Amino acid sequence: MKLKLATVALGAVMAAAPAMADLVVPNLSYRTGPYGANGTQYADGFNDYFTLLNERDGGIGGERVRTPECETAYNTEKGVECYEATKGSGALVYNPLSTGITYQLIPKVAADKIPLYTPGYGRTSAKNGKIFEWVFNAPANYWDGASVAIKYLLDQNGGSLEGKKIALVYHNSAYGKEPIRTLQELGKKHGFTLTELPVDPPGQEQKSQWLQIRCDKPDYVLMWGWGVMNQTAIQEAANIRFPMENFIGTYWSGSEVDVKPVGAGANGYKALTFHGVGMDYPIYEDMKKHVIDPGKASQGGQFVGSVLYSRGMYAAVVIAEAIAKAQELAGTPQITAAQLRDGFEALDITPERLAELGLPDFGPEIKMSCDNHGGSGMARLQQWDASAGKWTLITDFTQPDQDVLDPLILEDSEAYAKEAGISPRC
Amino acid sequence: MFYREAGDFKTSYRDDGQTFPIKLDRWGYYAILAVAFLVVPLVIDSYWANAVLVPFLIYAIAAIGLNILTGYAGQVSLGTGGFMAVGAYAVYKLMVAFPGVPIVIHILLAGAITAVVGMLFGLPSLRIKGFYLAVATLAAQFFLVWLFNKVPWFYNYSASGQINAPERTMFGWAVTGPATTASAKYLICLSFAVGLAWVARNLTRGSVGRKWMAIRDMDIAAEIIGVNPLTAKLSAFAVSSFFVGIAGALLFSVYLGAAEASEAFGINKSFLVLFMIIIGGLGSIFGSFAGAAFLVLLPVFLKNVLVAQFGWPTDLAAHIELMIVGALIVFFLIVEPHGLARLWALTKEKLRLWPFPH
Repeated sequence: MKLKLATVALGAVMAAAPAMADLVVPNLSYRTGPYGANGTQYADGFNDYFTLLNERDGGIGGERVRTPECETAYNTEKGVECYEATKGSGALVYNPLSTGITYQLIPKVAADKIPLYTPGYGRTSAKNGKIFEWVFNAPANYWDGASVAIKYLLDQNGGSLEGKKIALVYHNSAYGKEPIRTLQELGKKHGFTLTELPVDPPGQEQKSQWLQIRCDKPDYVLMWGWGVMNQTAIQEAANIRFPMENFIGTYWSGSEVDVKPVGAGANGYKALTFHGVGMDYPIYEDMKKHVIDPGKASQGGQFVGSVLYSRGMYAAVVIAEAIAKAQELAGTPQITAAQLRDGFEALDITPERLAELGLPDFGPEIKMSCDNHGGSGMARLQQWDASAGKWTLITDFTQPDQDVLDPLILEDSEAYAKEAGISPRC
Repeated sequence: MFYREAGDFKTSYRDDGQTFPIKLDRWGYYAILAVAFLVVPLVIDSYWANAVLVPFLIYAIAAIGLNILTGYAGQVSLGTGGFMAVGAYAVYKLMVAFPGVPIVIHILLAGAITAVVGMLFGLPSLRIKGFYLAVATLAAQFFLVWLFNKVPWFYNYSASGQINAPERTMFGWAVTGPATTASAKYLICLSFAVGLAWVARNLTRGSVGRKWMAIRDMDIAAEIIGVNPLTAKLSAFAVSSFFVGIAGALLFSVYLGAAEASEAFGINKSFLVLFMIIIGGLGSIFGSFAGAAFLVLLPVFLKNVLVAQFGWPTDLAAHIELMIVGALIVFFLIVEPHGLARLWALTKEKLRLWPFPH
């Protein structure tokens, strides 16, 4: 029976083997499980942008783009299965939207020579392109986000956080632990005390953490949450009447699905972001004409314009630009994954280029090089307006504190290089 | 007609007591081993290794381990995930601390460390039984995962609490790390699975296994006929944890390459392995393999059929897949509450009489 299963499965895999002519950008998405509500919007944005390119421009450089989807359920084992299932199909780049899966894939993509693009998530120290040759995390990473949030709080407090108490509520996983080291360093620099409150995934149970917040009365709460943990935390914060304007979520804790369930109680909640939100961008005219109205939108286009949809679209924009750059460098529209890495390293998305794409002031300038795989790291803050039901941007793009971050990135990436036996390039 | 004992004469007790008393079974077993060791490594690709066979073999080892404890010795355990984490973190610390030592030795040592930890958490089993023991092992599960999250020494103070397997070789072949070939991954897991299954089979039919089964069937009676419950229960915990620890070590080092305690070794893993032995069959080595195959291969197979073959949306396929697997579990347990192993045994019984059933 096992053998029979195996033969049928083999048949299924064989039948799925695609024509190799297109540009293949696998979409390792998740639309099920405790993170499905968030993952599904991101995946839609990602798909729709490539659909737009295919419908409007006939692809990139005349080559159509395919985004075969594979469900990971935010689970690392399924992520590995998806990676193995798709990498043989000529996959050019991976964007798994999971820090756990990213950690799995970092050594694998280096061996298979396929770029890994992890905007705003993944391993922060992958910014150091000398050691992480195949990983890119522009425009911003976790540590950038932590630093931008602290900078914002400094501005709010007249430049000093001396004696303030900041609590970090985090997803007890690689993802949630990422910012701790940076926040500790920043705490030393600016004199605030940091309380770390881990929440075990998936995070529907946070009573004790918020009880502690109620007792400690921190001045600010930062959150590194994802999926169902976000809604729960915001609900708990509302329950204990924690002032929402002092509650700041990371990039991944600031979407409509996180705040809407809490209703009016979530009003004033803030979150980091590295791109614009809403449908006031010219690109949506094309999107409507070529993708939504003809009924080609992923899942019927029910989430167009949401925060996570915009983020998925933004990731697709950067990948598409890198593909175009790689085609230009290689002189052929049929690029390989290795050529795409060169495209990423030569990538320069200027504000003018963004405006050309129909996304003026949507994201920060992205300029990558051989040693900088993380761009500028600029991020901004947005605030939830519960009565209007939308996010408003409240700051401009802010530079993170690179004096603190650069040594940390160097230290962490060198530790990895030593463990994995990598000698720096460039 | 073909599958029968008649004509297969045994001239010694040794022959009589062998694992596969019927010739056809024996040949089948040797043929499967020959194909698994000699043919599969030549044709395997990385998808088949990483998505299908390696997880199947690793979960089979874990299932054998839990089966020794639960199926043979009757001690219910919900701590499998935690013990796998012990194996994974032990092998990680050993790999990083002693890079020159062959990885197989590290994996075996990781199993031994897990055995010690397992014995420690097995101590309450001398006093508490059944559901209460399940809760005590559940505590082990949560405590161990918490420990590996909390104490940075275990993950060498990395910023994210992730552990990464560096490249280590065996006979000059990489078996961990990204450069590992599909066949090397597969062969190392296969060798461990076959070796450990052989050990388990021989332990369970010898005096040690008989003591475990005596304890399982009725502990007071076992004590009266001279089985020491202390040694029997603790040895069951030790051997079981040894197996589970090796499974955890392989899962981290060979299969995943990177892991974090709460994601890779959470309570779900304990349940998964427990379901494997319940579906496969308690107290059966074959059942451990069958259960692992059922729960590892079926989802992958369904996914390939539903998404690649029928072109369904991935989320719909994922939900349907859960429903199909769930329905099949219910179906199998109604049809045969003793699991796939019993179903297999019944098939063999019928085959012996075929085509003249009475």
